[in-house]
Amino acid sequence: MRRSMLFIPGNNPSMIQNAPVLGADSIILDLEDAVSIDEKDSARYLVRNALLEIDFSGCERVVRINSIGTNFGYDDIDVIGRVKPDALIIPKATEEAVEEVDDLLSAIEREEGFKLGSIKIIPLIETAIGLEDVFNIVKSSKRVVAVLLGAEDLTADMEIKRTKEGEEIFYARSKVVSVCKALKVDAIDTPFTDVNDFEGLRKDSEKAKLIGMTGKAAINPRQIDIINEVFSPSKDDIEWAKRVILAYEEAQREGKGVFSLDGKMVDAPILQRAKNIIEKAKAIGLIKG
Amino acid sequence: MRIKKPAKAGTMESNDIYIMVYPNENGNEIQLDSIVLKQFGKQIEKVIMDTLKELEVENALVVAKDRGALDYTIKARVETAVKRAIE
Repeated sequence: MRRSMLFIPGNNPSMIQNAPVLGADSIILDLEDAVSIDEKDSARYLVRNALLEIDFSGCERVVRINSIGTNFGYDDIDVIGRVKPDALIIPKATEEAVEEVDDLLSAIEREEGFKLGSIKIIPLIETAIGLEDVFNIVKSSKRVVAVLLGAEDLTADMEIKRTKEGEEIFYARSKVVSVCKALKVDAIDTPFTDVNDFEGLRKDSEKAKLIGMTGKAAINPRQIDIINEVFSPSKDDIEWAKRVILAYEEAQREGKGVFSLDGKMVDAPILQRAKNIIEKAKAIGLIKG
Repeated sequence: MRIKKPAKAGTMESNDIYIMVYPNENGNEIQLDSIVLKQFGKQIEKVIMDTLKELEVENALVVAKDRGALDYTIKARVETAVKRAIE
């Protein structure tokens, strides 16, 4: 379950050790943009030690490494891979980069005696070439469990203005969602960068959810509650799903192939949607499993 | 590992520790200043000494200004400073 993924600067002990109690489903310890060039080594050892010694209370432990187009990226993989994070985020992802990281992780897993494929990969799609190749990027490694859209870098690459309304990233969001649904991985939306505009955050999250994003990155702990709320099934959704499933079970007992609820026919896609809602609600703990 | 030159790591921010490492002729020595010196001074010194030992450092003067760092931070900052000092 990745409703909210919170970025934490990788060289800040105070923020790292407080991260597990903030309510995010995933913590992204950031070695890339949040760390200055001079402090890359320092952050790398700090994040490694944090992964070894801090109890992240069930949060997914993700590390955004530096690009493997830089020397930092290889050192990040070698040091961080050996303490078995749950996943690595690969910035400016390409098919080649994901394949290379997959190979490097496989070598580390063999050397350290970890289960092969246990460290997952989340490609960060933030270039036009990455966006257009996202299907192949996801297909290039069985480790890929989600795609994160990075709209700030993407719009810079596209030479277009980034707005709060986000009309300029409609295509990117749709493309990422479509590929993620096709390949059964999570689609994580870009962060909302105005950390004081909570109404804007809610609208932006709802817009992303409407077209199929399954979660959203956060850059401030105060954004987590809204993101979790938006990306959780609502009470009405859960009630509806329960009624659909009850009606289905009744129809099965009566030997009916198709059935209706509230005057509307329920077919396989609707039943599947209801099951997905119940499954998600159980995973979050909104209903008992 | 032989300390060749002075190097530093960490910050003076809360929950961090600022570590300076210098070459030393009399084995490993620590000069510690901490906001929790009375309660945890000995423990912090032990973590620093153990980290130096793990890194096989035998000639370092470590000047540490602690702002309430946990062990994982102390170890990381000492390792960073040492590796910067041997480059």
